[in-house]
Amino acid sequence: MTTETKSPVLVVLQLTGGNDYLNSVIPYANANYYDNRKGPLRVEEDDVLKIDDAVGLHPKMAPLKEIYDEGDMAIIHGVGYPNSPRSHFRSMDIWHTCEPDKVGTEGWVARAIRDLDPEGENPVTGVNIGLSLPRAMVLPGVSVASVADLSTYGLLNSIEIEEQRTKMLERFANMYGKAIGTGAVKEYLGQTGLDALSGADILQGGLSRYSSSVEYGIDPISKSLRDVATIHTADVGTRVFYASHTGFDTHASQQPTFERLWTEVSSAVSNFWDDLRAHDADDNVVMILFSEFGRRVRDNGSGTDHGAAGVSFVIGPSVKGGQYGDYPETRAEALDQGDLVPSQDFRGVYSTILDDWLGLDPVPIVDGQFERPRFITSGTDAA
Amino acid sequence: MATSQEIALMAHLMRRAGFGSNRDELERLADQGYDTTVEQLVNPPDALPGADEDLLYRHMPSLETGGPTPVPGAANWLYHMLNTQRPLEEKMAFFWHHIFATGNSKVDNDNHITIQAQMFRDHGMGNYRDLLLRIARNPAMIFWLDNNENHKNSPNENWGRELLELFSLGVGHYTETDVLECARAFTGWTIGAKIPRQPYHRFAWHYEFRPHEHDYTEKTFLGRTGNFNGDDIIEIILEQPSCSRFVARHLYNFFVADEAQVPAWNIEPPRDPDAIDLLASTLVDADYDLKPVLRTLFLSDFFKEAMYEKVKSPVEVVVGTLHLTGDLRGPDPRLIDASQQPAYMGQALHDPPSVEGWHTGRDWINSGSVVNRVNYVVDQVSNIDLPGVQRIVERVAASNGSQLTPEVLVDECLDLMGPVKLAPETRDELTSHAAGDGPISTSNGDFPRRVCATLALIAATPEYQFG
Repeated sequence: MTTETKSPVLVVLQLTGGNDYLNSVIPYANANYYDNRKGPLRVEEDDVLKIDDAVGLHPKMAPLKEIYDEGDMAIIHGVGYPNSPRSHFRSMDIWHTCEPDKVGTEGWVARAIRDLDPEGENPVTGVNIGLSLPRAMVLPGVSVASVADLSTYGLLNSIEIEEQRTKMLERFANMYGKAIGTGAVKEYLGQTGLDALSGADILQGGLSRYSSSVEYGIDPISKSLRDVATIHTADVGTRVFYASHTGFDTHASQQPTFERLWTEVSSAVSNFWDDLRAHDADDNVVMILFSEFGRRVRDNGSGTDHGAAGVSFVIGPSVKGGQYGDYPETRAEALDQGDLVPSQDFRGVYSTILDDWLGLDPVPIVDGQFERPRFITSGTDAA
Repeated sequence: MATSQEIALMAHLMRRAGFGSNRDELERLADQGYDTTVEQLVNPPDALPGADEDLLYRHMPSLETGGPTPVPGAANWLYHMLNTQRPLEEKMAFFWHHIFATGNSKVDNDNHITIQAQMFRDHGMGNYRDLLLRIARNPAMIFWLDNNENHKNSPNENWGRELLELFSLGVGHYTETDVLECARAFTGWTIGAKIPRQPYHRFAWHYEFRPHEHDYTEKTFLGRTGNFNGDDIIEIILEQPSCSRFVARHLYNFFVADEAQVPAWNIEPPRDPDAIDLLASTLVDADYDLKPVLRTLFLSDFFKEAMYEKVKSPVEVVVGTLHLTGDLRGPDPRLIDASQQPAYMGQALHDPPSVEGWHTGRDWINSGSVVNRVNYVVDQVSNIDLPGVQRIVERVAASNGSQLTPEVLVDECLDLMGPVKLAPETRDELTSHAAGDGPISTSNGDFPRRVCATLALIAATPEYQFG
């Protein structure tokens, strides 16, 4: 439930490289699956974690299956957009900006942050965990904290004499403040410098308050989600978190790579939710997992090439678990150049999250009206 | 004596065509003349050697054989960037690493990324056709884009697609059919492996063509039909007008001024279309030889006018700072730590985030990277033990008598660190800060500290993020 004291929070988890839909949610009862997947990445029916008489999850996704069984995970079938370019970079840009026909410069998450914090009062309303900022979080005038390593996040830490450091930080704030209004890139830099300054203090405070009995793995996504949990439980007002995990571009040797990736993601996600529950901080969180596209239906012997439609997962206590939409047709004649045809526009999925969860008007953010799967149980506009 | 404008222009040239330089060197080059220096960069004489790799390996043998981690290879490359006397050759090697971006996160055989970098060093100012032919046979690239899995009966289109999308033409200049036909032409271009010299070492790869895995049937590629192999495909690519424009735009983005990101190039027009036309036609006229286009670029007005029009890449931040402070000359165990500094700012050498390489320009900037950029440079320039910092202190002390006004101190430091040009508001902050501790006397014991504090604050300015 969303209350005044606990504002709804969104965690976006990006699976970079193009996740193989067909091997994540496996249509095990469909002969076409076995006709197209003959190599080592085929998953036999007995191994599939069945969720109904048609589809099931990959065996390495057992922790997610538990979440699904508890009714806290929505599977959104056939997510994509028309005329997939099958380019990672273009496709990721489209997912980030909701602009399939031109190059967008405004990220959808950043637009949401602007609506959540219109005056930019809190520099950590949006937090990205990682070395580079995804375009989804970029928008002139919108502040976002980008943290690669929470433990060392702070300006001029090496200046030991506190009085000197304080004086220099004051100068820093003045200089970056004055850069605003002197050209687009300088303006962005100026704002970013100020955000770094104020955000670091807030986040360092959060770090010192966090403790957890949950033991996360040592892989990058476990570390990232642990940082998300640290900041979220510190209650510093962050409304949107962004994290990503890379390596899903499995053209070759897909089987071991895909298994490792989903082992890491499933366990990190499951630990994350355990952690939030232990802190009584899970009620106001929804998490979405997406990838820029799915992969080709027929394998290439050891992996799969770039495809079109994919799958998204939405997780949280406020999510109405189950499957949304239909699995795209897998018959050869129904494919587009060998790829699953999207049946659900990704902007409709965003719209549900924006409207039903964050309570924002989705139309200007995703730039239009799209059919929405209604997977949120509470909120302003629940089905 | 060179004028201050000549020094500023030389500093600009050396930041772009190299990784920056110190003031003594800039004065020497400016006296030698701009055009002469451009020629020396484009055609480095034998008397100016690259970095001595044998010396490095004698002191640090571990940097010769990387494997699972890209760190030794990154340290190796940093040593080259710091010690070469052929800066443009090194900058071009780095340029090709941006474009033919290959990462050890997947290759897991870092020695082969070092070998690839050496190929860029040896041929990066040669001919682009030759580079395409070499990169198509480069073992690290073959493994990175799965061409070792590209078989007659089960083509793998990873290499075929990226060759067109990211290495030569750009999105919008080919069809999905072209991608598949391109991939088929490269079937059987694979790698063989030798048993390693040492137990637990990585396998040494070499390029191998396997005729039984090659698809010898007809292909239709970009409107032409024939029994093409990979070499034919590259030849057809080079005939496309979009190819020379693609390379030209990369050169412009890397050396002149920040462009839109690569996936946007078929939608966003170039920032300076005339410059792209000139660079593209120079490439075509020289049959893709790279030296003429580099010469044209560095001698052009659009280059000379583009001072501080680029956000420095993390590698430029780190190497430029080390050139300024004179730190890490020769083999040094601290190379390993320093080589990871760019990674903390978002640019891990030997490990680009994907085959697209890095997003440049303003995408280098986020609150996390600003923290690391500022902290690193501030730490370096406030370290009075470093020879380059000592030299700056000496020069400031010798510049204007024994008593300095805060304005003079700041202006001298700005001049010696770049010259760096600041907005008046920023300069005011620096002078107020410099005035804060009372009169500035060169004979006072705290004079070096006063200079260092000013250098540190310059390093922290928004302007210093541009190069």
